[in-house]
Amino acid sequence: MAIGLAHYLVVAAILFTLGIFGIFLNRKNVIIILMSIELMLLAVNINLVAFSTHLGDLVGQVFAMLVLTVAAAEAAIGLAILVVYFRNRGSIAVEDINLMKG
Amino acid sequence: MIIQALAFYLFAAVMVAAAAMVISARNPVHSVLFLILAFFNAAGLFVLMGAEFLAMILVVVYVGAVAVLFLFVVMMLDVDFAALRQGFLRYLPVGGAIGLILLAELVLVVGAWVASPEAAVGPIVPIPDPARVTNTHALGRILYTRYVFVFQGAGLVLLVAMIGAIVLTLRERVGVRRQVVADQIRRTRAESVELVDAPKRGGV
Repeated sequence: MAIGLAHYLVVAAILFTLGIFGIFLNRKNVIIILMSIELMLLAVNINLVAFSTHLGDLVGQVFAMLVLTVAAAEAAIGLAILVVYFRNRGSIAVEDINLMKG
Repeated sequence: MIIQALAFYLFAAVMVAAAAMVISARNPVHSVLFLILAFFNAAGLFVLMGAEFLAMILVVVYVGAVAVLFLFVVMMLDVDFAALRQGFLRYLPVGGAIGLILLAELVLVVGAWVASPEAAVGPIVPIPDPARVTNTHALGRILYTRYVFVFQGAGLVLLVAMIGAIVLTLRERVGVRRQVVADQIRRTRAESVELVDAPKRGGV
């Protein structure tokens, strides 16, 4: 019954899969895609902290803080791009985003 | 011990359920609210693992800043979200297949991994006894000494993100009349006051 490393890893794996699944499911809505990326980064953080606790090493938590910072910066920039794009084109559907012909 | 297990299963179950609702909710505002719930439960898991500082940071940064940012943007954009959900069911089979394959792979990895004996060098920075040194104290001790460049780099990332977001969303409007203090001060009496000799009973 003791909760060990494997339990946390399984939870993180399920969360990461849900993030991937969300990206595929909401192919048109950029906001939900950004939220799915946040979920995936959260799963990565759970993995880092679980290993940090399991190995008795504090470095994992320092790295988790770095991931958190990057996630916050990514959300801010992503949403700023989204707002500017909506202002210019009046739409945030993914298939309309073809200005760069990629 | 049993309490810890119960708390783990409660937090994990609510977090996974909230994450499932994030990607399947009809209304994006509900998605953001479920995202907040998922973050709160992740913070609970962090507390269970003994990372209290990260748990509080998660609540402050994610719930307080990122989720509220999402909420603002969702409410600010006037988008027909129902139209964006077209094809939701069409992507369900392929998305589900890829998700299941990935989950199977991840579970296989989790079930079968072993640490290489060469990798077992012991902890680089051992976690001190929580009864004597708190998690926050221990993190602060190494964050500002051994990992100070990582810390500065994180600050730089945030600064660039802040400047980038401001530059992206700042908009120069045309046709807006602004106050120019220099022009106001430079005015002379001659160009602003005109004396008119008005004839009696004639008006100007």
